[in-house]
Amino acid sequence: MKQSLCALFLAILAVAGCSSKTGQSSESTSQSVRLTGAGSTFVYPIMTQWISQFQSAHAGMQINYQSIGSGGGIQQVKAGLVDFGASDAALDDKQLASMQPMIQIPESAGPVCITYNLPELKQPLRLTAAALSGIYLGTIKNWRDPAIAHSNPGVTLPNKTIIVVHRSEGSGTTNIFTTYLSTVNATWAKNVGQGIAVNWPAPGSLGGKGSEGVTGIVKQSEGSIGYTELNYATNNHLPVAMIENKAGKWVTPTSAGATAAIAAFTDALAKDVRTPIVDPPASAPDAYPISGFTFLLIPKDGANKSNREALKAFVQFIITTGQDQADSLDYSKLPDSVIQLDGTLIGQMTAAGQPLQ
Amino acid sequence: MTTTDLAAPAGNGFTGVWRRLRNFDLGDSVAYSITLLAGTGIFILVGVLLVELWLNSRLARHEFGWKFLFTSIWDPIAQHFGALPFLYGTLVTSLLALIIAIPLGLGTAIFLVELVPAWLSDWLAFIIDLLAAVPSVVYGLLGIFVLVPIIRSGVEPFLQSTLGSLPLFQGPAYGFGFLAAGVVLGIMVVPFIVSVSREVLLAVPQEQREAALSLGATQWEAASQVVVPYARSGIFGSIFLALARALGETMAVTMVIGNDPSIHTSLFASGYSIAAVIANEFAEATSTLYIHVLIELGLILFGLTFILNALARLLILATVRRGTVRP
Repeated sequence: MKQSLCALFLAILAVAGCSSKTGQSSESTSQSVRLTGAGSTFVYPIMTQWISQFQSAHAGMQINYQSIGSGGGIQQVKAGLVDFGASDAALDDKQLASMQPMIQIPESAGPVCITYNLPELKQPLRLTAAALSGIYLGTIKNWRDPAIAHSNPGVTLPNKTIIVVHRSEGSGTTNIFTTYLSTVNATWAKNVGQGIAVNWPAPGSLGGKGSEGVTGIVKQSEGSIGYTELNYATNNHLPVAMIENKAGKWVTPTSAGATAAIAAFTDALAKDVRTPIVDPPASAPDAYPISGFTFLLIPKDGANKSNREALKAFVQFIITTGQDQADSLDYSKLPDSVIQLDGTLIGQMTAAGQPLQ
Repeated sequence: MTTTDLAAPAGNGFTGVWRRLRNFDLGDSVAYSITLLAGTGIFILVGVLLVELWLNSRLARHEFGWKFLFTSIWDPIAQHFGALPFLYGTLVTSLLALIIAIPLGLGTAIFLVELVPAWLSDWLAFIIDLLAAVPSVVYGLLGIFVLVPIIRSGVEPFLQSTLGSLPLFQGPAYGFGFLAAGVVLGIMVVPFIVSVSREVLLAVPQEQREAALSLGATQWEAASQVVVPYARSGIFGSIFLALARALGETMAVTMVIGNDPSIHTSLFASGYSIAAVIANEFAEATSTLYIHVLIELGLILFGLTFILNALARLLILATVRRGTVRP
């Protein structure tokens, strides 16, 4: 008995030994540069485009991106398991302090649109900041509320309870939306706050899993309102509300509207790339007020020089050539000012303490 | 002579070792070791799981203590967390699922065993087994696109007009909520009850039926008063298997429950379950406390399943009588 157990263990050890050996040899023979990234699901569609383009232009380059969610991306880059992370929410000072020095690079932006299910309406619904935050706070309960009716003259709104829909899981979209509500509404800022998941105050609100969950609930429920990334609303042919910006103009969510919003924050972004790009000043009349960046998280320093150079080239590609794809996938192009800013940020990357070429 | 002398011990040695090996019966002992490894592996796995859940929830346990179980605030921004709405949602939806699934499943099993010819019974059982293999996300989609509209425009208004005086059936009809989640879960766990109960009912000796029939019992009386009580223990087993499935179900529940961490008496209101909140928020949980809170919820679900299974064992022990079929 004992002997046979020993034999079995020996056999297992032998097998394990063999497999680890083969693992080593395969690593040493591969000469190509391999980069791994992880994080945001929001950037996944455009990230795969960027990766395939970059790989076809650079032979021997292998980039692997795991869309496991921003939180997971932050954890992995913190633990040094991946070369870069992608997050829909920028890291705050407390998070930065707990990690090795990080560079945060805004790499694409997108508007968050307000979608609704009111079959009676023939033209786009118009919502002021006050109306939108009232609905999500639960203080505006009926579509006939004067706060909504006032900005939709000549429209008969239904006498229906508003069904408030939000994302059930932590999401960058929620972060953008709640950042906007916190900026325009003091009560929201005080009682709820901003983040990738919040304590939704409206009683009886519904949470949908993922953007497809939110659009699914909105499509099904008459009288509902929800928020989602622009491409989900356009793909599902859902109506989107026009939002009043600071200039007093009614703006439809478009990728260009988000780009205009970013451009309005150029100076503030140069000081801190984490500046929220919601509710831009009245000087930008075409800006759509609810949009946000997604960020690449890159450790400032790394040991492997060829990996670091490849990573730098990839990020350089993303913020220049890569931006041309943005529009076709309903992401917003970065304005030139931010591209320049990103360029200086990438310049801070080092390998083993030495600046890169 | 000398050569044979030298050769003889060698030959003896070889055949001796061979014989000893044969006597030792290598095949049996290898099989024994493999099954022993597999068996202990399960215990080790459960142990590792518990230790991991315990260690990785320490921040949450230190921060909130037992209060965590009785707090109903869920505010990731202010880092205030409580498990009560999730516990409530998990228990309510699972209970609802059992209320729907037990009569349906047991009825189907009795029908398949007692009333249908054997060949048809096998075919129907095969189809029901297939239902158990349908991925839960498919049930979730079925819930969103078929059940929720029916519940919103048919079931909920009906319940409200007939039983609306009960607090269980009040409030606006959204479709999404405890009721929808309970119904979807009920549909999902029916195959488990049917499949296991059918096997147990089939195992009831034919003599039992014949005896009942010969005493003048109708077919239904024989089934309900002789066959089902005989198989009671196995049927309980199937119900607890279904309960375990319902408690841990994630995807289908999160798609229809409304994902609102609050407690409502009304079944029409939206709620949340433990498994759903872990799946929803884990990937994007950024702070360590937040992650530990979600892992503690996992620990609670583990504990809940354990307690309910223990209660199930006790129930079976208390109700089992001589002559029943053990599952």
